[in-house]
Amino acid sequence: MVAQDSAIKTQPIVINMGPQHPSTHGVFRLRLVLDGETVIDVEPVFGYLHRSKEKLEEERTYLQTLPITDRMDYLSSMTNNLGCSMAIEKLANIPVPERAQYLRVIMAELTRISSHCFAQGMQLQEMGAWATPLMYFIREREKIIDLFEMVSGARLTFNYIRPGGVSQDIPPEFIPACYKFIDEMPGYIDEYEQLLVQNEILRSRTMGVGVLPRDLAINSGASGPVLRASGINWDLRKQDPYLVYDRFDFDVPVGQHGDTYDRFMVRMYEMRESVKIVRQALDQLPPGPVTANLPIVIIPPPGDAYAHIETARGTLGFYMVSDGGANPWRFHVRAPSLINLTALREMIIGHKVADTVVIFGSIDIVLGEVDR
Amino acid sequence: MYGLGIVKGMYTTLMHLVRPPFTRQYPEEPVPISQRFRGYDFAWVEERCTGCATCAKACPHGVIDIITESLGDNRYAVERFDIDIGLCMVCGLCVEACPYDALFMGIGFELSSDRRWDLVVHKEDIANRGKFSAYYRTPLKEKIADREEITEIYNPSTGQNTPHA
Repeated sequence: MVAQDSAIKTQPIVINMGPQHPSTHGVFRLRLVLDGETVIDVEPVFGYLHRSKEKLEEERTYLQTLPITDRMDYLSSMTNNLGCSMAIEKLANIPVPERAQYLRVIMAELTRISSHCFAQGMQLQEMGAWATPLMYFIREREKIIDLFEMVSGARLTFNYIRPGGVSQDIPPEFIPACYKFIDEMPGYIDEYEQLLVQNEILRSRTMGVGVLPRDLAINSGASGPVLRASGINWDLRKQDPYLVYDRFDFDVPVGQHGDTYDRFMVRMYEMRESVKIVRQALDQLPPGPVTANLPIVIIPPPGDAYAHIETARGTLGFYMVSDGGANPWRFHVRAPSLINLTALREMIIGHKVADTVVIFGSIDIVLGEVDR
Repeated sequence: MYGLGIVKGMYTTLMHLVRPPFTRQYPEEPVPISQRFRGYDFAWVEERCTGCATCAKACPHGVIDIITESLGDNRYAVERFDIDIGLCMVCGLCVEACPYDALFMGIGFELSSDRRWDLVVHKEDIANRGKFSAYYRTPLKEKIADREEITEIYNPSTGQNTPHA
C-alpha cells in the first residue's frame, strides 16, 4: 500500500509502540510497519505481564483458585469469580441456592456497568478527550465499587462469588443503596450521551474507523461487544442462559457497521440493559440461604468441566480437569481479551497511526487477562 | 448544524458549576469505609487460638507461619504466629476458615513501612489490639460458650475504639 501519487519513493519503517506506551492499557507492544503515516502491517506482541496464573491455580485447592482469578481481569473481578465457581460447581455437582443465583446476577451486571464505564472513559481518553470524560465515567464506577465494598469488603479484588453460592449474604443497607444507584444511572447515561455521542470530533474519529466485517468477526472467534458491533446477535445470556438470566426481560444491542463507533455505542446501550436486569433481579430477589454447605476443601470426582459466561468483554470460559484430588489437574482459561485481540491486525491495516490507538482501545482489552 | 454536539457537551460540563463536588479531600476528610472492609490490619485473639493452623492451610500463598508447642492433654501453645503482609493478597480465606473465631482482618489500610522485614507481623503485634479490630468473618454456625460479644471496633487510623453497629 505504498503511496501511488507521490513521486518520492518511501521506505517502510518499523515502529515499536510500547511496551511502555501510555495508551496500551498496560504492558503491550505493537510492532507497526509504517509507510509515512499509514500502517501497512502490525504485529501485536504480548506476554510482558505473564504471571503463570493457570499453573499457579493447579497447585491450589479449588477454593484457593478464586482469589487468583480476581487478578486476571481486574476490571471485572466478580465475573471471573463467577466463571470459575460455575466450572467448579459443574465439576463437583454442587447445587446453588436461588438467592445466591440472583445475587450473582446482580453482581455480574453491576460489574458489566463498571467495566464498560472504564472502557468508555479510557477510549475517549485515547481519542484525545483528555481526562474530563473519564472523570464522568469514574464517578459512577466509584458508586458501584462502594456497593461492592459494602457486600464483599474489597474494592477491586472481591473474592465474593464462591463455589456453591456467595461468601456471605448482602448487608441490609445494600438493597436501598443499589435501588438508589439504578434509579440514578439512566440519568447519568443520558448525560454521557449528551456530553459525547453527538460530538462531531468523536464521530469523525470513530465512524468508519477499524471496521471488522461480519465474517472476519466470526472467523477470528471474537465475542462480546466486538462481535455484536459487527451485526451478530450472539450473547450467551440469551443463547445459552446460565444462572437465572432466562427470567429477565432485556435486549441485546447489536451494531451494523462493525466500526469503532458501533462498538462504543453497543457498550453504551449494554449499560442501560444491565440497569434493567439489576432492577428486575432486585425486585424478584427471594429469601433463603446464600451458600451450599460445603467443606473447606472441595474434592470433586475425576472428570472435566467447561463453564462459559458472558462478561463485559466477551465469552469467558473456564476448563478444569480433575483427577480426584484436592486441586485441579488442568486449569485453562478462555480469555475474551486475548481472542478479540487476534482481529486487531485486520482492523488496523490501512489506517493512520493516530487511529491505531483508537481502534486498539475499542477492543477493550485488559492485559492481566491477555497474558494471565 | 456542525458544532452543535460540542456545544451540548460543553453545556453538560458547565452544569457542574451548580452541582456539589463529588470528590473528597481524602487525608483531611475521612473516607467512610464499609464494616466488612478487608484490610491488612490483622487481629488475633490468643485465648481462642488452639494452634490448629487451619488459617495457614487455607491461605493460597502460605503467608501465615505457625509454630506450636505441645502442652500435653491435646493442648498447644502458639510459639510463633507470623503473617507476611507483604505477600498477603487480602482474600480473607484465613479469617473465614478459622473455626474458633480467633483471627480477624481489620479496617486499617494506612499501613506502610520502610523495610521489607517490617511487613512481617508477629504475634505480639497482632495480639492485644485493645478490642478486636476487625469485622470481616462469616457468622459462626454454633455459638461458642464463654465468648464475649463484640461491641467495639478498634480503628487504627484514629487509634480509638468505635462502637460496633
